[in-house]
Amino acid sequence: MGPGETEITLTINGKATKVKVETRTTLLDACRERLEITGAKRVCDRGTCGACTMIVNGKTVYGCTTLAVDNVGKKIETIENLTAGAKPHPIVPAFSNNDALQCGYCTPGMVMASKGLLDRTPNPTYDQVKAGLGGNLCRCGTYVGIRKAVLEAAKELRASGGRKSGGSNA
Amino acid sequence: MPNYSYPPMEQRRVMGKRITRLDGMEKAAGKAKYNSDVRPKGTIHAVGVFSPHAHARVKSVDTSAAQQAPGFAAVSVVAAPGAEVNWAGQEIAFVAAQTEEQARDCARLIKVEYEALPHLVREENLAKAGSRGKPAGEQVTGDPEAAFSAAGAVTHEAEYGIPVITHCCLEPHGQIVAWDGAANKIEYWPSTQAISAVGGDLAKQLELPATQVHSHQDHIGGGFGSKFQSDLWGAHAAKLSKMAGGKPVKLYLERREELTIAGVRPSVFGKVKLSASASGEMTGWDSTTWMTGGFAGGGLNADLLPYVFRNVANRRINHTAVSTNNGASRAWRAPNHPQVCYITCAAMEDLAAKLKMDPMEFFLKNLDKTPRADTYKAQILKAAEMIAWKQNWKPRGSSTGTVKRGLGLALGTWGGAGHASRCRTTINPDGSVLIEIGSQDLGTGTRTIITQVVAETLGLPMGGITLKLGDNNYPASGASGGSTTVGGVSASSRKASVDALDKLFAAVAPALGVPADQLEAVDSKIQVKGNAAKSMTWKAACAKLGVSAIIAENANDPRNPGGLTTGGVGGCQMADVSVDTETGIVKINKVVAVQDVGLVINPKTSDSQVYGGVIMGICAALMEERVMDEMTGRFLNADMEFYKLAGAGDIGEIEVHMDITPDHDKRGVIGIGEPATVPTIACIANAVANAIGVRVPVLPLTPKNVLNALHNTTRRLA
Amino acid sequence: MNAFEYASPATLKEALGLLGNSWSDAAVLAGGTDLLSLMKDHIAEPKRVVNIKGIKELGGITKSGGGLRIGANATVDELMESAAVRAEYPSLVAAARGIDSPQVRNMGTVVGDLCQRPRCWYYRNGFGLLAMKGGKSLVESGQNEFHSIFSSGPAKFVSASSFGPALIALGAKVKIASASGSREVAVADFFKAPTGDGDREIDLKPNEIVTEIVVPAAKGAKNATYEVRNKEGLDWPLATASVVLTMKGANVATAKIVLGHVGPTPVVAADAASSLAGKAINEETATAAGKAAVAGAKPLSDNGYKVQLAAVAVKRALLAAAGKA
Repeated sequence: MGPGETEITLTINGKATKVKVETRTTLLDACRERLEITGAKRVCDRGTCGACTMIVNGKTVYGCTTLAVDNVGKKIETIENLTAGAKPHPIVPAFSNNDALQCGYCTPGMVMASKGLLDRTPNPTYDQVKAGLGGNLCRCGTYVGIRKAVLEAAKELRASGGRKSGGSNA
Repeated sequence: MPNYSYPPMEQRRVMGKRITRLDGMEKAAGKAKYNSDVRPKGTIHAVGVFSPHAHARVKSVDTSAAQQAPGFAAVSVVAAPGAEVNWAGQEIAFVAAQTEEQARDCARLIKVEYEALPHLVREENLAKAGSRGKPAGEQVTGDPEAAFSAAGAVTHEAEYGIPVITHCCLEPHGQIVAWDGAANKIEYWPSTQAISAVGGDLAKQLELPATQVHSHQDHIGGGFGSKFQSDLWGAHAAKLSKMAGGKPVKLYLERREELTIAGVRPSVFGKVKLSASASGEMTGWDSTTWMTGGFAGGGLNADLLPYVFRNVANRRINHTAVSTNNGASRAWRAPNHPQVCYITCAAMEDLAAKLKMDPMEFFLKNLDKTPRADTYKAQILKAAEMIAWKQNWKPRGSSTGTVKRGLGLALGTWGGAGHASRCRTTINPDGSVLIEIGSQDLGTGTRTIITQVVAETLGLPMGGITLKLGDNNYPASGASGGSTTVGGVSASSRKASVDALDKLFAAVAPALGVPADQLEAVDSKIQVKGNAAKSMTWKAACAKLGVSAIIAENANDPRNPGGLTTGGVGGCQMADVSVDTETGIVKINKVVAVQDVGLVINPKTSDSQVYGGVIMGICAALMEERVMDEMTGRFLNADMEFYKLAGAGDIGEIEVHMDITPDHDKRGVIGIGEPATVPTIACIANAVANAIGVRVPVLPLTPKNVLNALHNTTRRLA
Repeated sequence: MNAFEYASPATLKEALGLLGNSWSDAAVLAGGTDLLSLMKDHIAEPKRVVNIKGIKELGGITKSGGGLRIGANATVDELMESAAVRAEYPSLVAAARGIDSPQVRNMGTVVGDLCQRPRCWYYRNGFGLLAMKGGKSLVESGQNEFHSIFSSGPAKFVSASSFGPALIALGAKVKIASASGSREVAVADFFKAPTGDGDREIDLKPNEIVTEIVVPAAKGAKNATYEVRNKEGLDWPLATASVVLTMKGANVATAKIVLGHVGPTPVVAADAASSLAGKAINEETATAAGKAAVAGAKPLSDNGYKVQLAAVAVKRALLAAAGKA
């Protein structure tokens, strides 16, 4: 397909969503500029800083470094999904409670990287938390709160028996 | 005269409490809308064309091919033929198209011819700067030469340096702007630290009355001193919008330009000589420093040297600003201070080592040369306790093994008094309260602390207050820079709310049968002072207003803050590091920060400011450096890959101690954003010197620089 | 990024038919972690992008003849999590862990790691692979702290590959397919230092696809990788070493030592390796081997420190392999 615009269907947060993109449009830009799904941010735009982190087929990825057309048929989860259900995913209140954010621009990516870590490692050690955030950068300096928030959310998830929260479909 | 004083510490119910920031959930959920997320109907996209040359004359700019490209909307040329460009990344043109991809295609089709001219982009070797160095006049106090040659004087002479670093705001500079040509009105969504002023700044660039620009901003993704102006890209985005029939134009800098042209911190390099008596009394200081702030040559205030210990008896200061072909420097969290703090505290640590003195003792011994000896003494002792200095400190270079451990300290200071700020408080007959203020929340917690102050003042829960900020239609408040916001907005919101409450007291006093000055607002009630039995609920009281709301507006006057805010704080930080002497890798074990800060409205968010300040300092100490290439004139690492920032695993443990005491509280509210970052670089650098036994003179403390210091292969500056 | 035609073939044959004879005709997309950045920076401008992720035969990590077969679509994460890899190839696990971003490991492929272009900042800023200006090397006269200490030709960048050194030390091969057939190349020969700006750093033609990596059985050989990186989290190594040791009792029978991020290709330190034969691995012998491995280093103006880092990486990799770290 392409060059030029093509309509594709992306499955974002459990919803089949039609969007017109060019083949060169990244998944991040498709979300932000064409679908008004703006939680993920564009910062380095070169797969380094993690502000655009999303979860595709259960694994964290950089939305800036994957083409929208490459994600047709995959399950795309963005941060919007974490508060789509009746109760937010525990990582969201944990960030707020621990003041794990300042300007908040890296935060959606940090939250999704943390969620991706907890999906795979529900009971992370402190060192695993640090390593799990190795693909994300913050400029305000909020890591102290972030590290606490991830540990607190893990505890909360264990207490609730890993009960599903956030949106149901992704 | 109303009493605006804050309630005594022990009586506060909302102020002083560790309250979670009001927009925490919104931000953590990704729902906070930054202006780079805003997408008004019909938005088109613009991108820039930037000079690849550090110095050149523009010979021609041909936009014809771009104008034929799919999606093209409008083009605006910044640098006309004949214009001289003075740094790589300088703006040549901006072009708008229907989509961002198309705008980028258009930009690549704009053909620019340049005549390359000679450039200078590196400043660490002052001898190469030639006529581009502009020396400031020498300043001398006392007789430094006599101090250095006095009998028994111990002197130390060395070179130090910190490179230019960039703000690297995660939300790039830029805006969405829509210029309705017919009405001559502009809707403006910038990323700004100055929502009340930036619209006027844009209007000035466009030669419009300030009244024609309406500015909005809910959230900003980082500024750190670099986002006060509307900038060239703001003006040209507006022009593109007008040309495109008023369509909103979205124009944000790409990461490369964000790092290159949207603000950097000046470097500083220098040679220092200082002396002390054998017993450790500092007697003389002589520094020759230089730096660059880019082409326009923004300054560094060398008059602050020796930092904090400025009252040394004998002092000579020489300083040169070097104009280089680089983008302009901008204010960077605590302008001047981290650099001069490093130069001073590093030289003092080195002299202490020569004196075979514990640097903590050396600092303590010389506190009489600082403006706040008692505060610093208490802070040094507190920090020493937190990091177990007495148990862990060893004389320089005595740590053994491959991985060596060391401790270091540094002191900082800052002003932080409140800026000019106006606030409007509205009490509605239904009991709802609206606060309007032309300020902005940079992520420091401004929303939260204003709401705390008003809730405290009106005796209401925080949920009873609706706060609106981020719009230049609200009463004007200062730019958020210099740690001046918290003092300004807390004072203005306190005063406006006290005035509004006094009016409410007047309205309900007859019903409660006492004079208005006998009333107080507590627990969502208006009651006779100290007599809860004689009261009415807040709602009932407001109902007495009939149909007219109470509207009160008041301001913080920085010249007469009435005790609500003041400036001038000190802080002490100590670092504990481990250095792998085979690889030169420095790991932070711990940094402790002791800070005095006056009245603390929210210890939770103020702690976060200190954590953030320390972490920024860790980044600068260990890895941040703008790498300029003299051959090509380019900023080689204008990315987030080789322009390195610390991650969650690089910062060690950080402990914060705020001096929250009645004595400090009496001073009123003081900003905390800047002071917290000042001493970090120096205390880490000193800890590394203590660990490895030699000074790494020029930062950052990378494997390259550490190993060169260990092998004595550090290149001399000049 | 320029506009391009996008294809997502289901078979290798179909994919090979979509490639061209020049690099600007088509690019192969798997993980994309490097390709998209190259395209955004207009260093790669393919007219067509051929996404091979949908090709089932190119997926997976499987045990094969006592060794491993790593398909072109296998991600770094799959490698790191593979029980077969974890059991016998700690050098590969360490190299994977050194790519210290879960997102990059989830997206990026092991084959892509071998095929990625250099991170040299002159190259990435558009000054060409060899970064020559007026016949002079920008790297030699400019900012070279992250550059090569082992260049004999004009290429002064360092190979960015994390797995190259370990795969070379393990004796791995790559399988390469084109429309006219397939060939096998030892990983050691797959990397080559280019002499012209249009050359590649690997033995691959525009109409070819690396289909898999074949790693021979470890047969109990001890192996390890040590990386020197300034930062925790995502950061390019300053120097790395991968070693493979076969032992005879407590002493080394054969050794292989390969350095990474210090030359335009991974650097095989054959003399240092052979000097270990018959010796036990201890602090002393490992240090001596590290020094021997960098004996031929020719640092540039600002990267002399990397000589020590490479020597230390060798020492630490040897001690790790011998279980003495």
